[in-house]
Amino acid sequence: MHHAVVEVDDLTFRYPDGTTALDGFSLTVHAGERVAVLGPNGAGKTTFALHLNGINRARSGRVVVDGTELSERTLTEIRRRVGHVFQDPDDQLFMPTVREDVAFGPANLGVTGDELQARVEAALDSVGMLAMIGRAPHHLSGGERRRVAVATVLSMEPSILVLDEPTSNLDPASRRELTTVLEGLGVAQLVITHDLPFALELCPRAVVVDGGRVVADGPTHELLADAELLHAHRLELPYGFDPRVVQR
Amino acid sequence: MGAGHSHPLHVHGHSAVHRLAPEAKVVAVFAFVFGVALTPREAFWAFALDAVALAVVAAVAKVPARFVLTRATVVAPFLGLALLLPFVADGPRTEVLGVAVAVEGLWGAWAIAARALLGVTASILLAATTEIPDVLKGFERLRVPPVLTQIAAFMLRYLEVVAGELGRMRTAMTARGYDPRWLWQAKPIAAGAGALFIRSYERGERVHAAMLARGWNGTMPELRGAPATTADWTRATLLPLVSLTAALAAALIART
Amino acid sequence: MHAPDGFLNLGTAVATGAISAGAVGASLRQTGQTLKEKQIPLAGVSAAFIFAAQMFNFPVAAGTTGHLLGGALAAVLLGPSMGALVVTVVVVVQAIAFADGGLTALGYNVLNMAIVTAFGGWVVFRLTRRVLPATINGISAAAGLAALVSVVLSSMAFSVQWLFGATFAVDFATVFGAMVSVHLLIGVGEGVITMLAVRAVLAVRPDLVAGADGLDLDTAEVRPMRALTIGGIVVAFVVSMVVAQFAVDAPDGLERVAEDTGFIASAEDHALDSFIFADYATAGIENETLSLAIAGATGTIVTLAVGTGLFMAVRRREDEPLDHQPVG
Repeated sequence: MHHAVVEVDDLTFRYPDGTTALDGFSLTVHAGERVAVLGPNGAGKTTFALHLNGINRARSGRVVVDGTELSERTLTEIRRRVGHVFQDPDDQLFMPTVREDVAFGPANLGVTGDELQARVEAALDSVGMLAMIGRAPHHLSGGERRRVAVATVLSMEPSILVLDEPTSNLDPASRRELTTVLEGLGVAQLVITHDLPFALELCPRAVVVDGGRVVADGPTHELLADAELLHAHRLELPYGFDPRVVQR
Repeated sequence: MGAGHSHPLHVHGHSAVHRLAPEAKVVAVFAFVFGVALTPREAFWAFALDAVALAVVAAVAKVPARFVLTRATVVAPFLGLALLLPFVADGPRTEVLGVAVAVEGLWGAWAIAARALLGVTASILLAATTEIPDVLKGFERLRVPPVLTQIAAFMLRYLEVVAGELGRMRTAMTARGYDPRWLWQAKPIAAGAGALFIRSYERGERVHAAMLARGWNGTMPELRGAPATTADWTRATLLPLVSLTAALAAALIART
Repeated sequence: MHAPDGFLNLGTAVATGAISAGAVGASLRQTGQTLKEKQIPLAGVSAAFIFAAQMFNFPVAAGTTGHLLGGALAAVLLGPSMGALVVTVVVVVQAIAFADGGLTALGYNVLNMAIVTAFGGWVVFRLTRRVLPATINGISAAAGLAALVSVVLSSMAFSVQWLFGATFAVDFATVFGAMVSVHLLIGVGEGVITMLAVRAVLAVRPDLVAGADGLDLDTAEVRPMRALTIGGIVVAFVVSMVVAQFAVDAPDGLERVAEDTGFIASAEDHALDSFIFADYATAGIENETLSLAIAGATGTIVTLAVGTGLFMAVRRREDEPLDHQPVG
């Protein structure tokens, strides 16, 4: 049994206006595992994800990453280990060049000089974006920005990647490139997505989130074949897509 | 009112000018324009010398003359204003091509035109040979508060994003038949500006969250280039030396 | 109004540079605490917003268009100190990176476009808010008036600087009259746009408007402003016409009055040694005293406005915008 990279235990969280966002959310992810997070809009998927790196602070419950519990003291270390790729790459690429964006994370952790450069190049290489190292982010296409955004957190050598709607706005070719890149990474991944075929292809395991909690957890192809489950949580298979036919 | 151009002026290159440390270039250009401002307006030769100096810099930096001239048109409205002066100024008058113009007005027009053109050319050459993030780094090394340079850096990064959103908004409005010609029809534009501010603000919050997620603790890490060397400073001083000595010489000559 | 090099002399450039640097320093100290955390990316994006807002044109009349300065808008949305800083960054970057505005002109460009507009606008805003109801329309109207006055203050400041540092021979009263009257008209456009933009923000995210403290949220539905807007524009135009007429006629009209009351000394008498003031600004013996009088009044008004704004900003704790839940 692989060790647990992330353990989330009974989280509750409320928005400033009082509405409940998370209501007893629990989840465990193991090393090297890829888990799809499915669910309707407003279910609390992104809100939950932002607890993993301490941007949101829960009212109750715990978050444990690599055996370390999240607290004020451990914040920086946890943020190194949880690599969050945001929904909009423009929010994440805020430096003048790709190189500086990818270097930003490790530089904040104290990495300098040759080691920093090596990390930057390795991260960009693993997403196939090394050639873009000197470019400005706004000169890249959507798909390229997505991949660079992944590199910006990879350079911190995280234990888990959290990706929020990674295939949105990507053309089919870019989507294919991204899928290939993610499949080639050995790190654990939590993938929030509406793209069900993508979830099936990339993630052996899936959870369904609704009403601020996990309502289903199992092999992806089983969940997607459960028509009642999908319907109950506003999920729907794309036209003509049959998960039972897809070979893994 | 003077919205100016928004396309950056950088011209890619590896010349000696490009490679100079940014803080040296910034100081040099400021000092040069300072010298131009000090030069008495009667000293035509001094201004000519300054122009030659700038031409030399442009040649070394391989910045095309046409590039500089087209960008320099930003001062055109003020040159137009200057051209009016001989006609509206007070004081003794003289005849130019059969038209009575004020002598002081002619001098005034010349002075403004010369200084404005030299100044804008120097600015263009600085922007052409120095990438903006490096300019900001140069400012930081010149002890400008880092808060200001950081704000500037974010501004430049997101300028295109915000301008793009604004453009899309205008397109959407036009597509729905909006064609305002009078101020009281401007409400949708203003409302759009308000919406744009809200969107920008929310993006700022998300960027902040992204920075925190990558371990940001309040200070930006040092990621750009090396500080200026003595050689850099020496080379950079060549430009302002021209204008400053010319100004000094002209002032001394005027005294005698 | 991004003046190029050479418009005003070096002495003025240096003096205004020192004043601007001081004001920026004060603003930095004031916002320092809040800027350390969240506000830097926010300030940066706001600066991008102001920069972009200055680029787009709004219709004025018969298809002619105008552009925003944005100083008062920035002050109302972000608070006076932050607003001043943001517009300063915009103006400086425009000069350095886009060659828009002379490098030696930065002193007065920053002073007129960022400092005077943000702090002067803020004062007018707060004063007007005391008089108007604390509703969305009331706050927006106050912002609009602040924007209008900020533009006029800016032109007045430039006129006073011109008095000290003119490099060309047109007499002060003419410059003053021309600048202020033109900017009154420009200010109307800025005022209307600012008012409507603030209103749009208040309707959706009142927590983002620094100047919206005390907003009566119960009456926070937005009521139509058409009558107020049209009325405001008409009033502003009328006022502009009257004042402009006065400003243009002022030298002659006031002069006659002054002569009648013996205020102006005889022709052989110079009121002042004019070594401080550029010769041309006070050209014409008869106009000298008058020019100085107008300049004195103008300078006092501008200094009072900016100074009070600065003082209010330093005294008041910059309210941090409320935290709202992250997107998602």
